[in-house]
Amino acid sequence: MDNILAFGAASDQAGRVDGLFVMITVIGGFFFFLTQGMLIYFAVKYRRRLPGRDNETPAITGSPLLEFLWILIPSIVVVVIFYYGWRVYTDQRIPVAGATEVYVNARQWMYEIKYPDGRTAINEIRVPAGRPVKFILSASDVLHGFYLPDFRVKMDMIPGRVTTLWVQPERPGSYQIYCTVYCGTGHSNMLARLIVMPQGDYAEWVEHGGGEGGEHEPLAVRGERVAKNAGCLSCHAVGGAEKVGPGWKGLFGSNVPLEGGKTATADEEYLRESIVDPGAKVVKGFPNVMPTYKTTLSKEDIDAVVEYLKTLK
Amino acid sequence: MAEEIRSGRGYLAERGWRSWAYTMDHKRIGVMYLYTTIAFFFVGGIFALLLRLELLSPQAMYFSNHTYNVFFTLHGAMMIFLFVIPAIPSGLGNFFIPLHIGARDVAFPRINLASYWVFVAGFLVVIGSLVSPMDTGWTFYTPYSAKTGAAVTTLSLGIFLIGMSSILTGLNFIVTIHKLRAPGMTWHRMPLFIWGMYATSIIQVVATPVVGVTFLLLAMERIFGVAFFDPAKGGDPVLFQHFFWFYSHPVVYVMILPAMGIISEVIPVFSRKPIFGYNAIAYSSLAIAFLGFLVWGHHMFTSAMSPLANAIFSFMTFFVAVPTAVKVFNWIATLYKGSITFEAPMLYALTFIFLFAVGGLTGPFLGALATDVQLHDTYFVVAHFHYTMMGGTVMGFFAGLHYWFPKMTGKMLNEKVARVAWALVFIGFNVAFFTMFIAGVRGMPRRYAEYLPKFHVENVISTIGAAILAAGIAVMFWNFLQGLRKGTPAPGNPWRALTLEWKTPPVPITENFHEIPVVTDWPYGYGKVEGPPA
Repeated sequence: MDNILAFGAASDQAGRVDGLFVMITVIGGFFFFLTQGMLIYFAVKYRRRLPGRDNETPAITGSPLLEFLWILIPSIVVVVIFYYGWRVYTDQRIPVAGATEVYVNARQWMYEIKYPDGRTAINEIRVPAGRPVKFILSASDVLHGFYLPDFRVKMDMIPGRVTTLWVQPERPGSYQIYCTVYCGTGHSNMLARLIVMPQGDYAEWVEHGGGEGGEHEPLAVRGERVAKNAGCLSCHAVGGAEKVGPGWKGLFGSNVPLEGGKTATADEEYLRESIVDPGAKVVKGFPNVMPTYKTTLSKEDIDAVVEYLKTLK
Repeated sequence: MAEEIRSGRGYLAERGWRSWAYTMDHKRIGVMYLYTTIAFFFVGGIFALLLRLELLSPQAMYFSNHTYNVFFTLHGAMMIFLFVIPAIPSGLGNFFIPLHIGARDVAFPRINLASYWVFVAGFLVVIGSLVSPMDTGWTFYTPYSAKTGAAVTTLSLGIFLIGMSSILTGLNFIVTIHKLRAPGMTWHRMPLFIWGMYATSIIQVVATPVVGVTFLLLAMERIFGVAFFDPAKGGDPVLFQHFFWFYSHPVVYVMILPAMGIISEVIPVFSRKPIFGYNAIAYSSLAIAFLGFLVWGHHMFTSAMSPLANAIFSFMTFFVAVPTAVKVFNWIATLYKGSITFEAPMLYALTFIFLFAVGGLTGPFLGALATDVQLHDTYFVVAHFHYTMMGGTVMGFFAGLHYWFPKMTGKMLNEKVARVAWALVFIGFNVAFFTMFIAGVRGMPRRYAEYLPKFHVENVISTIGAAILAAGIAVMFWNFLQGLRKGTPAPGNPWRALTLEWKTPPVPITENFHEIPVVTDWPYGYGKVEGPPA
């Protein structure tokens, strides 16, 4: 799966990144050979041949036309490169519907994997080929990184925040995952693998209780239990009339109007923040009375509640 | 003063340690800065060689992973804070700014001396931190830096002091350039080195306080548990990254702008041609200094900033490329129809343009969002950074050292030995660092004490290159020592340059000029024949 100058891309998105890489290489190469070619050509051609003849050089001090051109042309070129870089990036970041979800929590020095149906694993993620995968990333202690070179993407894993990353693996295979944010002594040994399986094999693996989790309580089921026990449902309706707080039905993925006129998209990070810091984004028309659940609920419980919210369509 | 002239030793006439420790002569302070920063260049370089030695093998061979992590932290922290940032501004800048503008000294000689001793205090504290050496990387990212048992607080205090010295120097230079120019030296008759130093000084004064405050916040978090950055107590680790890069991105221009100033001096002298596009080069320094403040977010494209913030930072980043490209085009155009010779300063200046072009043109890969998300935190970044800082700044520094060696010491260097050193440096540098681009594209993350066997070949080649580079640098400094000890006496103006420092005696006297010169023209009037109308 080596990838010297754009080979071995493991997804269509990665292929587009490689396209951008080749484009910048060609443009940069052109300017490199143009400028350095002139440098070497001038240095050879105009080397001093006769000592004492160096008072005969022409008094050229500049050219407004050339200055204008070599401000204008690089400006255009960089805007073009910026635009393609931005487009390819934006397409990478757009949420994909129907993605297989995998929770990954990093700690010194391992990746803890959790699937929505309750299975767990360490340092090995299995997903089906040909379907989008969404990694929901967090960290317990210090910053970590989640780098999938074959997919040309990475994302930092930040304590106290949830970050996300999408890929769509096309070919079955075993792909390297590296920690890329320095995290201490074991940093360079913090490796994991993404195993992309043919869809049939994957279904069979799930069937036979793949992973290591024993209890197999699906995350959404756990989330419902936590939400009941923690008293969430006294204020949040899961259907029917609104109670004290905003209702949960259809909440995930919707655009929420906030006090102050802004709106927020109810994604994983928004929901996590609303649970641990309810006053940060108050929904328009509702009182700011919810207490923080920061110390009441564990990170796993919060993940489970968010997963439960996703099922309330 | 009579003694200075009679002995021909100029500002070096007085002897004894007091004559150095208490000196307020900008030239002596510059020389002290040069010796100090070069000493740390060697220390940082030895750490680099130890890193390269360890990386000969994919598994830990000579050092533990922790030791490796300490070495790359010290390599980075010493090279950045104790060598690359101060070497040209505080060393060569101190020596040559007053000489370039026809002044007797900087505006505040006493503050200048204070800045040196604050710098010494800073590096002593940094050395003190070695009792429990730091392993956070030179970037100090929290929460790791807030939690590790190493002496982060001590080291950041040391860097705080070094930052203070940097602010004092920057302030001094701004006032000096504004107030002490010789009669007739208008802004547009200033040498371009002065323009570069002026832009540099502005960045130092504006940006350095931010890193000072950031390190104070980090120290408060470590000592008193005030959680600015600790998410467990409501802090935000990404906030630290914003603070850190708000300083540390502009500061790469503190590193490169003075070097660009040196290149702008050397190229016309050895081409015997006026500099091409004086105004463009002068104002592009200010443009780089300004734009440099608006792009720090490009270090954080994978740090969970919003896609919109990422897009804005990416867009701004690309515009720093334009004034930089303008400088390169103008230097190359200066060569056109010149009468070029290739003494060591010119070799290093041309090398600067070549290597900096590689560093500059690999920038768009990291400025563009999609490719940065791929390449961020890999060896590609390490290679890019070293091409700009070592291939750029340090080559500019070497050009300056060779160019001004006769003026600083009154001795000439052995040109043949200097060329041998140059060839080794050029070959070794490219072998060592170009390979890192390939390792990075193939996915090797940076700051890895151990790596997967598939990166073995690149790492071995890189280490061989580092050894060649080290040999070149050793030959270069041996040549400097030989030049100091038994170099032939230098004439007052060996390169027949037109800037004012060459109008002084071979070794300048303490007051620089017997009589302050009156400036009637710009300093780039080389060549005589009128060319076609430009």
